[in-house]
Amino acid sequence: MTMTRGEQPASPASEPAPAEAPTRRSHVPADGTANAAAVEQARKAMLHDVRPRKRTRIGADALMEALIRQGADTLFSYPGGVILPIYDILGDYPEIRHILVRHEQGGGHAADGYARASGKVGVCMGTSGPGATNLVTAIATAQLDSVPMVAITGNVPNALIGKDAFQEIDITGITLPMTKHNYLVRSADDIPHVVAEAFYLAAHGRPGPVHIDITKDALQGETTAEHPSLDDVIAGVPGFRPTMDGHPKQLKVAAKEIAQASRPLILAGHGVLIAEAWGELKAFAEKTQIPVAWTLLGIGAIDEEDPLAYGYMGMHGWKHVNRAIQSADLLIAIGMRFDDRVTGSVRTYAPYARIIHADIDPAEIGKNVAVEVPIVGDARNVLEGLTRLVPEVDPATRADYFAQLADWRRESEGSSWHGSGAWKDGLLSADFVVERIGELTNHTATYVADVGQNQMWLARYTKFRRPHSHISSGGLGTMGYSVPAAMGAALGNPEAETWAITGDGGFQMTSQELMTLAVDNIPVKIALLDNKKLGMIRQWQEIIYAGNYHSAHLPGPDFVKLAEAYGVPAFKATTTDEVDDVIRQAQAIDGPALIWFEIAEEQNVFPMMPAGKGLSDLIETWGVTEE
Amino acid sequence: MSTDPSTQGNEPSQNGHVHPAHATTPPPPRALPGSGDARRHILVVLVLDRPGVLNRVASLMRARNFNIDSLAVSRTDKEHISRMTLTLHGDDVAVEQAAKQLYRLVDVLKVQDVTAEQVVEHELALIKVRTTDANRAEVIKIVELYKGSIVDVSAESVIVEAHGTEAEIDALVALLRSYGIKESVRTGATVMLRGAGSIEEALKL
Repeated sequence: MTMTRGEQPASPASEPAPAEAPTRRSHVPADGTANAAAVEQARKAMLHDVRPRKRTRIGADALMEALIRQGADTLFSYPGGVILPIYDILGDYPEIRHILVRHEQGGGHAADGYARASGKVGVCMGTSGPGATNLVTAIATAQLDSVPMVAITGNVPNALIGKDAFQEIDITGITLPMTKHNYLVRSADDIPHVVAEAFYLAAHGRPGPVHIDITKDALQGETTAEHPSLDDVIAGVPGFRPTMDGHPKQLKVAAKEIAQASRPLILAGHGVLIAEAWGELKAFAEKTQIPVAWTLLGIGAIDEEDPLAYGYMGMHGWKHVNRAIQSADLLIAIGMRFDDRVTGSVRTYAPYARIIHADIDPAEIGKNVAVEVPIVGDARNVLEGLTRLVPEVDPATRADYFAQLADWRRESEGSSWHGSGAWKDGLLSADFVVERIGELTNHTATYVADVGQNQMWLARYTKFRRPHSHISSGGLGTMGYSVPAAMGAALGNPEAETWAITGDGGFQMTSQELMTLAVDNIPVKIALLDNKKLGMIRQWQEIIYAGNYHSAHLPGPDFVKLAEAYGVPAFKATTTDEVDDVIRQAQAIDGPALIWFEIAEEQNVFPMMPAGKGLSDLIETWGVTEE
Repeated sequence: MSTDPSTQGNEPSQNGHVHPAHATTPPPPRALPGSGDARRHILVVLVLDRPGVLNRVASLMRARNFNIDSLAVSRTDKEHISRMTLTLHGDDVAVEQAAKQLYRLVDVLKVQDVTAEQVVEHELALIKVRTTDANRAEVIKIVELYKGSIVDVSAESVIVEAHGTEAEIDALVALLRSYGIKESVRTGATVMLRGAGSIEEALKL
C-alpha cells in the first residue's frame, strides 16, 4: 500500500477481513532453503557448536602449510572465536613458533620489528572485530615505513557477513587505505593462492603490509587446493611489475650531473636498507667522494664511523647536515621520500641544489619535491648502475668542500651535545644514556626506538655501525612501538643483542608485552627513559605554545616493581655514575630486563626545526645560555 | 668545489643556480609540485575486474585529495578486465601524481592520461523536461539541433536522450533549463583514442 504523508489509513473495521491470514514476512531465509541451512550452520559455528571433523585437511591447514612454504617461522598472535579453527590445528605445525602476545597491537608491532630486523616478511594474526581493529595501528605503522608484513584476521562465517554478527566488522574496508593490498577470503580453496600472493606482494617492489581476512567457514572448510608456483603467483598479479633497473638514459643524465657537481651530497633512506644496498652505497660514495647523509629510517645504511658518513638530517637532525643540504649544489636521494620531517618548508629546501631522486615507487618521485633527474628503480640496481657510469673522483679535488663540512661538523657537534643543559645540575641526561648504551653494546646491537624525544636522542647519539641495527616508527610515529617491536626484532635477529629504547609515555601504552617477554624468555633489554613527561609534547609546549603545559606531565608507576611483577628483572639509575653499571647488569641477564633511568625532567632535543619552517631555521637553544 | 674561485664568480653555473658562496640575492623559492594551473584531465584506467576494485580507486582518490568529476565503469571485451574513464581537475603534475598513485594499486593494470590525445569523447544523458502542448515542439527542435532524441513523451514532460562531449551536453542542459528540468542523469565521459591505436591492446599481460 502506498500512502502519501498526512493521509489517514482506512479504519481496519471498514475493511473486509483478509481471506487468508497474512504470512509474516522476514529477511530471514525460509526454512528448508539452502540459504537457511547455511545461516543455521554459521550461527552454530559462532557458538562453537560444530567442531570440524578432525584431520581432514581444512582451510586452517592450508593456511599453515602456506605460511611454512613462505618461510615463516614465527607467528605473533592472539586467539579469538573465529580463528579458533587455526588454534585447533596450530599444535600440528611445530615449524611455526607461536608467540602468544598480550594485545594484538603488540603482535602487529612484533611482526613489524621481526621483519625489519630479519629482512623477512613478518606475520601477525588476530581474530575478527576488536582483534582485527587492534591490529590496525600496527598495520598502518608498517605501511608508512614500507615494512613487509602479512596480517591475518578471521571473520565471521560467510552467511553472517553483513549481518552485524558478534565481533563482525568490515575490516578489509578499514585496512584498504593502509595496506599495499588486502583480501577477504570466503573459501578454503582460495587460501593457498591468496597467502602466496600476499607474501609476494608484501616483499617485492616497495614492501608493505598485506592483510588477509578469512571467514571462519573458509578456515573450517575441507579443501584439496594446491599451493601455487611462483610463476602462477606472478601471473595472477599482472598489474604488479615493479621497475628494478633505473632507466639507462636517466642513469646517464644523473652521472653527468654528478660529474659536474662541486658540492654534492647523498641522501640515503630506508630504501638502501630494504634493497640491502649498503655495499653499493659505500662503493658509489667512495668512487665519487660524496659524503652521505641519512634519514631517520636510513640510519645504518652506512657505518657512522665511515669517513664519508656525514650524519642524520631533518627536523632534529644535526645542524651540520642540514647546512650541507641547504648549501649543496646536487642532492642524490636514494630510497627516501622527502618527508616533511626531512625537508621542512619545501619552498626553502636545498635552494641551490639540483636533485637526483631514485626510488622504486614512481609515486614518490615529484610527490613532495620537484626533482631534476627522476630515476625509478631498486636502490641497489640504481647505485650499481651509477657507480659504473661515474668517473672516479680524487678526494683532493674536494678538499675545500670537505674542509668546510668538517668545520661545520665540529661546530655542530660541539654546541648541540647536551643541548638542554640538564647535565649542569647533575641530573641524568638522556643523550648520555643512549650514548653509553651504544658504547657498551659495541654499536652492534639492534636498537628499537619508541616515539618522541627518546627516538631523536637515540637517532642522534647512539652511533650505528650495522645495517638494520636501528628500528624506529618513522612515518606513523607510533608511541608504544618500542617494546613489542623489540620483541619481534629479538626473534628476527637472535644473533644481535636487542635494546628497546623508550620513554615513559610510549612504554605505558604497550607495557603488557612484558609478560610475553617473560613467558617466552625473549631477551629484550628495555631502557626506559623516564622524565615523567610526554617530553616532546612538553618541548613543543615550551617553545611553540608559550609554556602552556597542559597534559604534558605524565605520572607513571614504580617501573621496577611493575617489571618485577611480570617477572622481568629490573634496575634503576638516577645519576650519571650508575649508568654503566646498570647497563652491564641488564646485559648479564639471560632474558629480558628493564632499566629505569630517571632522567632530567625538562631536557629538550636540539636543534629543532619548528613546524612550517625550513632547514635553515633551526632552534638550537631555549631558555639557557650556552657556555 | 673547484679550488679556483675565479671560475665560479657571478655567472650562473650550468644548471642555472648561483653558487651559495657568491650569491648576492637569495635564490627563488623551490616550486611546489602540483601548484600550476588546473585544467580538466581525462584518465583511462584499466583494472582487473575483482571485488572492491572500484572502492580501491575511489578510496585512493579521496585519501589523496583528488576530486573526481565523473567516473564511468564498464567491462571490456577482455575477460576480467574493466575500464574506467575518470575526469578530474588539477594541474598536470598533480594529475600525473594521481596516475602514479593509481599504479600503486595491485589491481590497476594501466593508467593513461588522454587529455592531450585525439579522442572520441561521449557521455549519455537522460533529461526529463517539463513541457506543455504549447512548447513541446520547441523543445523537440532544440533537441534535434543537438542530435538528441525524445525517448518518452507524456502530457507534462518528455525524456530527452542526448550524447556528446561534456561541453555539448552542458550546453543542451543550459538551454533546456528554461523549460524546467524535472530530473537528469549523466553517465560521465567515456573516451576512446581515434585511429587504430588501442589502450587495451597495449597491455602486456
